[in-house]
Amino acid sequence: MAATVGRICGARLFKNYGIVSPQVCQLSTSTQGWTRNRKLFLSTLGVVGGGVGALLFALEQSVQASGSEAHPPHQPWSHDGWFKSLDHASVRRGYEVYKQVCKACHSLQYIAFRNLVNVTHTEEEAKAEAADVMIKDGPDEEGNYFERPGKLSDYLPSPYPNENAARAANNGAYPPDLSLICSGRKGGEDYIFSLLTGYVDAPAGIVLREGQNYNPYFPGGAISMAQVLFNEAAEYSDGTPATASQLAKDVATFLRWCSEPELDDRRLMTIKAIGIFSFLTAIIYYMKRHKWSTLKSRKLAYKPVTKN
Amino acid sequence: MSLWSTLNRGVFKRTSTFAVAIAAGSFFFERAFDVASVTIFESINKGKLWKDIKHKYEN
Ligand code: HEC
Repeated sequence: MAATVGRICGARLFKNYGIVSPQVCQLSTSTQGWTRNRKLFLSTLGVVGGGVGALLFALEQSVQASGSEAHPPHQPWSHDGWFKSLDHASVRRGYEVYKQVCKACHSLQYIAFRNLVNVTHTEEEAKAEAADVMIKDGPDEEGNYFERPGKLSDYLPSPYPNENAARAANNGAYPPDLSLICSGRKGGEDYIFSLLTGYVDAPAGIVLREGQNYNPYFPGGAISMAQVLFNEAAEYSDGTPATASQLAKDVATFLRWCSEPELDDRRLMTIKAIGIFSFLTAIIYYMKRHKWSTLKSRKLAYKPVTKN
Repeated sequence: MSLWSTLNRGVFKRTSTFAVAIAAGSFFFERAFDVASVTIFESINKGKLWKDIKHKYEN
């Protein structure tokens, strides 16, 4: 193995440059010329790598095209873009939609009331939201479980005690937890928006079972969640007209925040990274010029040794 | 004596003062850099951030 590598890379890899500052030995700008084996090795590597990449891309595309579901069109989200934060007014309205509509069936178990503080609600408001729900707690000193009003540290309560209860109440279909749904579904918030607003009558020939509805965006088309968003299906505290598409947009934005609460921080980090890396690039460029200036401006004079 | 050579002689030459200069320099640089980045972020996203809407809910 070592011999092969040695042959391919020439002796360079194993060469002992000695302690005379190694840069000096490598400063030569003349091309050394690759050996035949080395050329062969690198071009094989290139061809295989490119081929595998192309194959993966083609497979991915064919999977995209193979399903029968409609692909959600891309919506102009206000948090779309390198530097764009979430629209917090929209996230707040989305929470209201979740609370008034989705909460009846879907849990949101990874979001705690404290997470709302300074994102969508003030601390007082979040405390009031928490106090509105009853949380199962215990055991107390006598070993009994009891219910108490929620606190900031509590997670949002789930509508059903367990998955079986949820299935039993929904014709055997399990309404998934929504905490990470936006990252967990292809298309993210575009998919959720299209799903919520995309219900249509089933086309001829499609048979729906009891409790199923037709939605072209849902893989397979037959979804066990009925259309839940209609105009005025929820009420907004900030007076925004509650049209079905407004509700869908806000709840999708809210679910994006649930899946990625760090989104705003990442956008800020992008700005910082671009700033600091351009600064460092400038320094490195200057340093390179600085260090090379002596080398680039030197002159070598060869004086043939003449006899006598 | 130019500013640069004053700095060189007074600060950078001695390791102890040089180290202090690095520590102080990084402190102020980081602070300024953070403030500048956050200002850019907040001006791009004006009206969408919690700090822009919280006045409606605080009393
Ligand atoms: C009446 C109960 C009910 C309500 C209310 C409800 N859902 Fe659902 N939801 C379901 C059920 C049941 C499923 C599972 C559907 C299936 O697997 O066929 C589901 C599935 C979903 C899915 C997953 C689809 C997928 O790709 O697997 C999403 C996303 C979703 N609901 C979002 C919402 C949102 C957002 C709201 C509030 C606006 C909401 N739901 C309100 C019952 C409900």
